[in-house]
Amino acid sequence: MDTIFALASAPGKAGLGVIRVSGPRADDACDALAGGRPEYRRASLRRLRDAEGGVLDEALVLRFDAGKSFTGEEVVEFHLHGSVAIIQAVLRRLGALDGFRMAEPGEFTRRALENGRMDLTQVEALADLIDSETESQRRQALDLLSGALSARVGRWRDATLRAVSLLEATIDFADEDVPVDVSPEVRALLTEVVEGIEAELSGLDAAERVRTGFQVAIIGPPNAGKSTLLNYLAGREAAITSEIAGTTRDVIEVRMDLGGLAVTLLDTAGLRETDDAVERIGVQRGRERAEAADLRVHLVTEDITPGVVPGPDDLVFRAKIDLVGGEGVSGTTGQGVPALVDAVKARLMDKAVQAGLASRERHRLALTAGASHLHAAIGLLDSGADLYELTSEEVRLALRRLEALLGHIDVEQILGEIFSSFCVGK
Amino acid sequence: MKHHFDVVVIGGGHAGTEAAAAAARMGATTALVTLREADLGVMSCNPAIGGLGKGHLVREIDALDGIMGVAADQAGIQFRLLNRRKGPAVQGPRAQADRTLYRAAIQSAIRGQKAVDVVQGEVVDLIQAGDRVEGVQLADGTVLRAREVILTSGTFLRGVIHIGNERRNGGRMGDKPSIRLAERIDDFGLPLGRLKTGTPPRLDGKTIDWSKLGEQPGDDDPVMFSFLSGKPVARQISCGITATTAATHDIIRQNLDRSAMYGGHIEGVGPRYCPSIEDKVTRFADKESHQIFLEPEGLDDDTIYPNGISTSMPVDVQKAYVRTIPGLEAVQIRQPGYAIEYDYVDPRALDRTLAVRSLRGLFLAGQINGTTGYEEAAAQGLVAGLNAARRAQGREPAFFERTESYIGVMVDDLTTRGVAEPYRMFTSRAEFRLSLRADNADQRLTPKGIALGCVSEARRRAFGRKLEKLETAREMLQQGTFTPNQLQSIGVNVNSDGVRRTAYQLLSFPDVSFDDVRMLDEAFAEIEPDTATQIAKEAIYANYLARQQRDVDLLKKDEAVAIPSGFSYDALPSLSNELKGKLSRTRPESIAQAARIEGMTPAALALIVARLRQDERRAIA
Ligand SMILES: Cc1cc2nc3c(=O)[nH]c(=O)nc-3n(C[C@H](O)[C@H](O)[C@H](O)COP(=O)(O)OP(=O)(O)OC[C@H]3O[C@@H](n4cnc5c(N)ncnc54)[C@H](O)[C@@H]3O)c2cc1C
Repeated sequence: MDTIFALASAPGKAGLGVIRVSGPRADDACDALAGGRPEYRRASLRRLRDAEGGVLDEALVLRFDAGKSFTGEEVVEFHLHGSVAIIQAVLRRLGALDGFRMAEPGEFTRRALENGRMDLTQVEALADLIDSETESQRRQALDLLSGALSARVGRWRDATLRAVSLLEATIDFADEDVPVDVSPEVRALLTEVVEGIEAELSGLDAAERVRTGFQVAIIGPPNAGKSTLLNYLAGREAAITSEIAGTTRDVIEVRMDLGGLAVTLLDTAGLRETDDAVERIGVQRGRERAEAADLRVHLVTEDITPGVVPGPDDLVFRAKIDLVGGEGVSGTTGQGVPALVDAVKARLMDKAVQAGLASRERHRLALTAGASHLHAAIGLLDSGADLYELTSEEVRLALRRLEALLGHIDVEQILGEIFSSFCVGK
Repeated sequence: MKHHFDVVVIGGGHAGTEAAAAAARMGATTALVTLREADLGVMSCNPAIGGLGKGHLVREIDALDGIMGVAADQAGIQFRLLNRRKGPAVQGPRAQADRTLYRAAIQSAIRGQKAVDVVQGEVVDLIQAGDRVEGVQLADGTVLRAREVILTSGTFLRGVIHIGNERRNGGRMGDKPSIRLAERIDDFGLPLGRLKTGTPPRLDGKTIDWSKLGEQPGDDDPVMFSFLSGKPVARQISCGITATTAATHDIIRQNLDRSAMYGGHIEGVGPRYCPSIEDKVTRFADKESHQIFLEPEGLDDDTIYPNGISTSMPVDVQKAYVRTIPGLEAVQIRQPGYAIEYDYVDPRALDRTLAVRSLRGLFLAGQINGTTGYEEAAAQGLVAGLNAARRAQGREPAFFERTESYIGVMVDDLTTRGVAEPYRMFTSRAEFRLSLRADNADQRLTPKGIALGCVSEARRRAFGRKLEKLETAREMLQQGTFTPNQLQSIGVNVNSDGVRRTAYQLLSFPDVSFDDVRMLDEAFAEIEPDTATQIAKEAIYANYLARQQRDVDLLKKDEAVAIPSGFSYDALPSLSNELKGKLSRTRPESIAQAARIEGMTPAALALIVARLRQDERRAIA
């Protein structure tokens, strides 16, 4: 049986991250990361190290013996400092251990049940939680798939379905009127998919994201004091501030550490209608960058911001309160800035832990495994039609791994594709 | 005549004969009731057995000592191993069968079973006491009592035959449909659906100009179905090959509205993999020609089965279009092609033994369950026959799993997913295809058959000897290891990576043959050719099999968690109503089956497992 692991602490709560490991090889995780096995049921402080010996975190390690743990199996818990990057790194380290994999939703509970560690009432109490866990994962998968990506995934899906149908057609309809050698078409289809997935993988890399930082766009009408605020936050003259509306033509980026999170602040051009061609480009670019950012902070004045409506996850502050008074923020005096920073931090932590991490890591693992099976399939194509059953096996293994993204491709769909493409049947 | 039996089988088709033979092997007294005694072993359609997926089923039937494989070997007049150049997992044995010889072989197999009484007659009613079926009534009033009844009436339930706009009631050309029985089934409230299938015209071989035609010979080294057969007994022949022409397509297109299917006379759903020539011409309009195999129906029978032009056109159109086909310019039609529509029972009403869940004492097998094909029918007959006998004897049911057999894949597909079109076996349906091979069907299933008690002493011994040789050889090949140097010295292309390999591992290299391996050790000389061939076949997949085994183990674990038939989903308040409905309808028998139901969530599975555990503890306390 596999040893499974997952982030077990409630998402969105910063400060501490608990990673739970359960299964026959749980102790391997202690050996590999903490350099030894602490006593059972006794919290001990250990340095966790990566494969090269570099320190990942100083963490509390808790070990439970089989029969006395939540799941009834050997369990190890790592209580980490809640940094997203650290959690990410530890998850990845565990994923690389032999016989380890990320837990499926509800799998800890399922194991607990099977080992007689829970009764029906307890499960009922947990059921909603498990379902919402699944539901939110599904939603996150969909979220990740918004727009361009979802179109791309749709194409991968079609291409893979087509490839596996071609292979299966030559196998199951060998005595009929179907092509004998489908290698060139299958190769082209699978190559497109692998390349797409690999490109996506580099972008999906949550650790990379955490390292390079979240992007926070400051938007608002011209002269709302965006640049002044940015300068205040950055503590240096990063953006040109002037009294003339429209000074910030392009997007200005300032990287900073905001409560332990790497953040890139974007100062967008003031959003307004303009006749100046150069400025219009600036405004347009600003709008695009703002839309793509992880979070938007809207500064509002009595002037409305044309064409921009704050989204439900955006933050909205009244600007220039040193001049107009009331609640809000001022980049000139620093009034309200701590509250703004706290609000930004809270939103980003939520995003980091909730939306990203677990599901991204799950996807990364699925994509990596899927791509490696597809590579194997492409390699087998070199041996031609004689090894198609193995080629097809690799594609099917890839499909199983990619189900979270592509959705389930059923044998009926494969047969459907075959029957619509080839005139089979005597 | 006896009037009390352990098992009564209705229908002497492929499902019925296999069911009766299986029940008898289990020691059950069995009656096989069929419309005409001559029905036994009749092939309604194509005179061929086996193929891809189907050949696997025949091997599995044989591994359990069934009758189809032996009969096909006796009747085979042309043997071909499909996918011969591909890997063993996807090779399927197929044979062209002489109809008369096949019937004779099946009839003698049934007569050889002392426990089977063949009864000629029409079953018109089932005897019922409460929710229990206790026997059958024949048209002449005879009553046969039985502990268990197996219904295998094929396409006979409200069968309607269509030729153009002509329609008549019939279970098969020349046979009456079973209407009274169908009404009886209505009373049971079983979910019914309507399907259709078709067959081509039969041609007079004497009126074909064979000189113009291509020829398809059989294999030089024929591969048999049965693990007990050596080589073909009947004389071997070739089939002819021809093809439709533009003129054929023109005639069909001009007359489309006269086809029963296109004229809107048929509502049933037909199989997509078995399209009529009307379908082919319409759906693949840019294809200029479709291949036709001209298959002799027997050695002493010059009727020809033109494989590839099944049709429901009126007879005059059939006549006109066949004569546009090269070689058939002057052909005479002996029996026109037709389409047949019939009732089937939604197999989700059955459990994994093919027993009807809502009644006691009734099993269904064969085409009545929405499948098509002789092999699919026979395999179901075997499952139902074994289980009816076991139930009559008060013994535990015999289950077949997806992880172990194509039979298990089919039964699981049928009972958990139902059918949308006539169900046919394909190798792609088996997710564990690399381990469920035709070549190892005996290793997978004969031990099970021995344990169940359906395998004869002779087969048991033959299998024991074979297994012993295999195990000795496997051990021998896995024992010693060889350095890259040693391997290179016999011409094997390996890296000088210092890794020592066993001879067995070497066999998974695509370019290493068993003969290469023999050079490594003199002791290997004693491994017999048959044993060597078998081991080479499994070694090819060694790397994949280990991985598959892990998935198999997982699935088996879930399969082991049984859900009792009376399990109340309503008593689980946190389950959504939608899932409650689906589960109550499908009645999965294990957690593995439940997990395959569409829309299933991990939490719902956890809830069911928790309830099962609770019930278990209560039962113990
Ligand atoms: C026209 C036609 C075309 C087909 N085409 C194809 C094809 O292209 N490819 C393919 O794979 N398969 C095809 N098949 C299907 C294949 O023939 C069947 O799937 C297979 O024979 C089913 O086996 P069975 O035992 O379920 O039923 P059958 O072989 O039909 O046997 C049913 C038996 O039940 C008996 N019976 C029926 N009612 C009663 C009663 N009331 N009392 C007593 N006995 C009764 C009948 O006499 C008959 O012997 C076709 C079948 C038909 C009829």
